[in-house]
Amino acid sequence: MRKVLAAAFVTAAAAYAWPAVANDGLMNIIKDPKQWGIQTGDYANTRYSKLDEVNAGNVGKLQVAWTFSTGVLRGHEGGPLIIGDVMYVHTPFPNIVYALDLNNDGRIIWKYEPKQDPNVIPVMCCDTVNRGLAYSDGTIFLHQADTTLVALDAKTGAKKWSVVNGDPKKGETNTATVMPVKDKVIVGISGGEFGVRCHVTAYDTKTGKQVWRGYSIGPDSDILVDPEKTTDLGKPVGKDSSLKSWEGDQWKIGGGCTWGWYSYDPETNLVYYGSGNPSTWNPSQRPGDNKWSMTIWARDADTGMAKWVYQMTPHDEWDYDGVNEMILTDQKMDGKDRKLLTHFDRNGFGYTLDRVTGDLLVAEKFDPAVNWATKVDMDRSSPTFGRPQVVSKYSTAQQGEDVNTKGICPAALGTKDQQPAAFSPKTGLFYVPTNHVCMDYEPFRVSYTAGQPYVGATLSMYPAPNSHGGMGNFIAWDNTKGKIVWSLPEPFSVWSGALATAGDVVFYGTLEGYLKAVDSKTGKELYKFKTPSGIIGNVTTYEHKGKQYIAILSGVGGWAGIGLAAGLTDPNAGLGAVGGYAALSSYTNLGGQLTVFALPN
Amino acid sequence: MTNSARGWLVSGILPASARLSALVLGAVVSAALVLPTPSHAQDANTTAAKPTTEAKEKDDLGKYTLPDGDPTYNIAPDGTLDWYTYSGYRRYHAECHVCHGPDGMGSSYAPALADSLKTLTYAQFMEIVVNGKKNIGVGTADQVMPAFGENKNVMCYLDDIYVYLKARADGTLGRERPSKREDKTKAYTANENQCFGRPG
Repeated sequence: MRKVLAAAFVTAAAAYAWPAVANDGLMNIIKDPKQWGIQTGDYANTRYSKLDEVNAGNVGKLQVAWTFSTGVLRGHEGGPLIIGDVMYVHTPFPNIVYALDLNNDGRIIWKYEPKQDPNVIPVMCCDTVNRGLAYSDGTIFLHQADTTLVALDAKTGAKKWSVVNGDPKKGETNTATVMPVKDKVIVGISGGEFGVRCHVTAYDTKTGKQVWRGYSIGPDSDILVDPEKTTDLGKPVGKDSSLKSWEGDQWKIGGGCTWGWYSYDPETNLVYYGSGNPSTWNPSQRPGDNKWSMTIWARDADTGMAKWVYQMTPHDEWDYDGVNEMILTDQKMDGKDRKLLTHFDRNGFGYTLDRVTGDLLVAEKFDPAVNWATKVDMDRSSPTFGRPQVVSKYSTAQQGEDVNTKGICPAALGTKDQQPAAFSPKTGLFYVPTNHVCMDYEPFRVSYTAGQPYVGATLSMYPAPNSHGGMGNFIAWDNTKGKIVWSLPEPFSVWSGALATAGDVVFYGTLEGYLKAVDSKTGKELYKFKTPSGIIGNVTTYEHKGKQYIAILSGVGGWAGIGLAAGLTDPNAGLGAVGGYAALSSYTNLGGQLTVFALPN
Repeated sequence: MTNSARGWLVSGILPASARLSALVLGAVVSAALVLPTPSHAQDANTTAAKPTTEAKEKDDLGKYTLPDGDPTYNIAPDGTLDWYTYSGYRRYHAECHVCHGPDGMGSSYAPALADSLKTLTYAQFMEIVVNGKKNIGVGTADQVMPAFGENKNVMCYLDDIYVYLKARADGTLGRERPSKREDKTKAYTANENQCFGRPG
C-alpha cells in the first residue's frame, strides 16, 4: 500500500499544479479507477467508474466472490472505500471501522470501535445509519453518530485526533460522511426534527482544529455571506437575508441541517451542498421564507464564504429537505460548453444550474406524480423567478393548522432522498433512484424542548395513486432538457446509491435486497442477485489484481425501513388493501453484510 | 438482551389523571419485536376484535374510562370515534411513528406498538414513555427509547396516545385515519393549555 501511495504522489506532482494541495494523494486516488477513495466516487459526485471489464455483454455472468458480515443489524448506508490493497468498511451505530486485507481474502487488519453513549440512538431521527468513511493522506475519517469526528491512522487504526462537532443532548447528531478538501475536512450535522440550527464546519486535517463554520440560518456573520458579493440568482442577497425571512426568535431553532453529500470543484474552489428543512414541520409556526433552509450553497473551500445561494423551497410546508447531492458535470447545453450542477431535490424537481454563477437553467419534475407545485417560475423578468408555483390545495400552510391536507405528491421522504444518483459521460444521462410515494399532511402546534423531537405534523403515506402501484422508480434523466429518458417501476422506493460504469452498465440495489444491473442506454435488466437483507447502501466498484469487483452493503433500515417495514396503506383502496405485497417485512429482514461480486475466472 | 428499570423522572406535567403510583413499577416488558412479521401485515383482516363490553364512563374532558380507572377508547355504533383516540392518532403520527412506524405497525428500528399494547398495561406503558427504555447487547440490533417525561408534546397527550394504540392493539381500529369523531370539549382545551403552561 505504501508503494502505491508513493507512486501516486509522484504522478500527482507531474500532472497537476494545484497550489499547496495537501491531499494530492486523494486527488490521485480519485483519478485511479482501480481504487474508490471517496464515498461519492469523485469530488463531482458522479459515481462513475472507468472500469469496463464487467460490461453489458457479460454482467449477466456476475457471481458472488466473497462476503463479510459487519456484525451490526441496522440500516447500512454508504459503502466501503478501497485504498490500495485495503478495503475500509464502516457500520451504523456503534460505528465500527474495519480495515480488510484484499490480498488475504478480506482478513481483518485492524478494527476500531468507538465508545459512544447509546442515548444518542433515539435522538437520531430515522435509524442509526452512517454514510461512510473518508480518506486523505494516510488518514481515515470517521464521523460518529454522536458527532465526534475521529482521524485514524489508515495503516494501524490508531487514533490521531478527535473533535466534537455538536451536542446530542440538544438533538445534534450525525449520519453523513465528511469530505476532505486540501488541508481541511468539511463536516455537516443533523437534527432538523429536534430544532437544531445547523451548520457546515471545516476542520484542519492535521490537527482537528476548527477553521471555519457557516450556519444555514442566522446573522450574516454566522452564515458567512457577504451582503454585496454573495448572490441569489445573480442578485446580491443584501443585509440580514436570513434574519429578515423569519419571525421573532424562531430562527434560533430553525433547522436547515446539512446531513447530505458534499461536492467540490477544484477550478472554482467551491464546496457545494444543500441545507435541510426549517423547523418545525408546522409551517404556521414559522412565517416567512425561512432562509437559507432548503438551499443550494456554494462556499469557498478555504474561507467558507458563500459565493452564491439558491433556495429551492421557500417556506417549506412538506419536509422537502434540500440535502441531496450536487453532481458537477461539464456538458454541452444549447451548443455551448457549460459547467453545470445537477440536483434531484426531495421536492420532486430536477434542477440544472450554472455552478460558477448559480444561475438557474432547468427545473423540471423528475416524477410525473409531483403535484405540490405546477412548475418553477423560469421567467427571468418575473418577480417570482426561481420560485415554485405552489398549488393551494396541496399547501399545508394555506390549508392551515389542524387541517389534513390530502394527496400531496411527493411524500415527506421526497421523490428522492439522500440515495445518490450517478452520471455517465458516455451517455450524458443521470441515473436516479427515486420514491413514488404520496401523503396526507396535517400540521399542528408543538412546543420546543431541547433534545426532544420537534415535529408538529401528522403524516400518512401511500404509493402514488393512479400509477403502477409500486413505491419507487429507477430513472434515466437528461439534465439539459429536463426529461425522463426511461423509467423502471420498482415495488419499493429505490433507497440505494447508483453506480454507472464505462462498461455501459448501471448498478443499483433495492429494498428487497436485490443488486440489479441494467443497460445504461435502455434500462434493460441484465442481472440481479438477492442479497441477505434490503439494500440502502451505495454500489461501489474497484479493481484488484487485474479483476473488477462490485461491492454493496446490505442491511435494511433508514427511513425506508421505518416507513415501509409494515407496508403502506392506500386510503383510496379501502381497508384490507395492505397485503404481503406491500410489506417490506415479507421480503427481507435486518442484516449487515458486504457482498462483493466479480466475473467467474 | 437486558432490561434495566430506572428511577423515574419527575416531570411535574403529567396529565391530572396520571396515576403516579403506577410509575414506580419497573419495566419488565420484552420488546424483542423488530420487523413486524408478515402475519401482522394483514392486521386489518385478521385481528379478532375483543369487544370491550365493560361499562365505560365519560368525563367532561371527553375521556372514557374503564371501571378500573384505565382510560379507554370509544367507538359509537355509527363509527364515531371519541376525541381522545382521534387526538392520539394525530400525536402518535407526529411523535412516535418516526421510530415505531405508521399505525403502530413497527419498523426495522422499533417494535410494533399495536402488538406491544396487547400485553403492556396502562401503567407499564406510562412508565416506559416517561422514563424511556434500553435493550443493548452485543450482536443484536440495539434498541433505545428516549425518556419523554419532559416533553410536553408527548406528556400532555399520554392518555390520548395510549387509547389510540389500545384501540389498534384490540383490533377495533384499523390502519386508517379516523374520519368521524366527537368534538374537542372546552374542558379538554383548558386542560391542554394548562399542561403547556399557555394562557387559557
